Amino acid sequence: MGFPPEPSGRVVITGMGAITPLGNTVEEFWARLIAGESGIGAVQQMDVSEYPTKIAGEVKDFDAELYLDKREAKKVDRFIAFAAAATAQALQDAQFPTDDEELKLETGCLIGSGIGGLIMMSDQTKRLWESGPTRVSPFLVPYMIPDMASGYTSILHGFRGPNTCVVTACATGVHSIGDAYHIIKRGDAVAMVAGGTEAPISPIGMAGFCAARAMTTNNEAGPRASRPFDANRDGFVMGEGAGVMVLEDYEFAKARGAKIYAEIVGYGMSGDAHHITMPDPDGDGARRSMLKAMKSAGITPAEIGYINAHGTSTPYNDKFETIGIKRAMGDHAYKIPVSSTKSAIGHLLGAAGAVESVICVLALRDSKLPPTINFETPDPECDLDIIPNVARDAEIEYAMTNSFGFGGHNGTLIFKKTVE
Amino acid sequence: MAEVFDRVRKVICEQLSVTEGEVSEDKRFQEDLNADSLDVVELIMALEEEFGIEIPDDDVANMKTVGDVSGYVASKV
Repeated sequence: MGFPPEPSGRVVITGMGAITPLGNTVEEFWARLIAGESGIGAVQQMDVSEYPTKIAGEVKDFDAELYLDKREAKKVDRFIAFAAAATAQALQDAQFPTDDEELKLETGCLIGSGIGGLIMMSDQTKRLWESGPTRVSPFLVPYMIPDMASGYTSILHGFRGPNTCVVTACATGVHSIGDAYHIIKRGDAVAMVAGGTEAPISPIGMAGFCAARAMTTNNEAGPRASRPFDANRDGFVMGEGAGVMVLEDYEFAKARGAKIYAEIVGYGMSGDAHHITMPDPDGDGARRSMLKAMKSAGITPAEIGYINAHGTSTPYNDKFETIGIKRAMGDHAYKIPVSSTKSAIGHLLGAAGAVESVICVLALRDSKLPPTINFETPDPECDLDIIPNVARDAEIEYAMTNSFGFGGHNGTLIFKKTVE
Repeated sequence: MAEVFDRVRKVICEQLSVTEGEVSEDKRFQEDLNADSLDVVELIMALEEEFGIEIPDDDVANMKTVGDVSGYVASKV
């Protein structure tokens, strides 16, 4: 077989990494998610006394020096450090041959971020106004721009294939993995490191989302504040972290004897063309995104065994996503288990879809569906089977994840368990 | 002069995450201390703040070693 090989047109997942509010490795995160734990609590990394929202899903005990040299660990923005960490984990998990120079020419990076280096931006803007324009760090621009997660990761590992970045707000993670899937499928790369990363818990980030009235102010509820599909939900809880997958051409992965978690078989996208922040009340963008994903996978609603919902815990999203799922799945909608894992970790914005893709793959692997925690009061407008409070055993073949972003960006991915 | 060098070395250690033992007058920023051009810009800014002086870019262009920098700073304070 010559190199690069003829593209098989099929793409599989061979490695995964995650930095999350419920743990800084994939397995710790998954165990705690299935146990129904919450990673949400009072914000520690900044002073929130003047902010209406005082809780978040923070990453705890993150040590960037496990993945970067001391100097770099101190310098880079947190969103870049998260991406570097999740990537290192995913490559190790995949036992990816990082010493193969020929392969590295055909390996690319697509790790998106919804916003980029907001902490860097916050700190340096303060410097600008306090000390003047000549005191702003020369690292502001490189460590603030969202594409640097991909750029930096490629430099760390010498990956010289396609290098790009998706910025579609809260749909970033799904679109990054989906676009990387297309890049391999059409033969522009043999392997891709793909996912999303976000570190928005900064003065300007918290202030901006508070001002947009998007976040919960139910601070007293703490770990129980994120309650998707519950009648008393009142906004999302901000989270931070990263999810990264190693994607490979199926025949290439098979030939090198890689462990294969699952196959990406469907990817759908659509636009709402409705409002800058509010979702379409008919759920039509969501519906079309799911339908396109099922069409590209060549499957019907009856075959979907689990949906990881966007499920932000905002009054609008959960109501309109429910409508979208019902319209896409028809009579089958009530038979599909649908959970929002944002109940446990909050909304990781540009990283959300990537971490939720990791969750879908683990649900397939372990035949376990993660719950929607904090569910207390049913909302008649959110009446799907949301796997309330307790994880569930289920043998499933296909898992779907939805992500929707400000700007009306919608994305849906479908993963398949059996790869043959 | 010795006091200026000590203060310059302290700033360099802080900025470039190196130990005092690694910083001597003959050390070159790029080759020996692994600092790229952006690191040098940031280092110069930190020195300007430490000593309350202005260091024009044209002068920075001639500074290759730790000794160049500490000598320059000593001449300004």
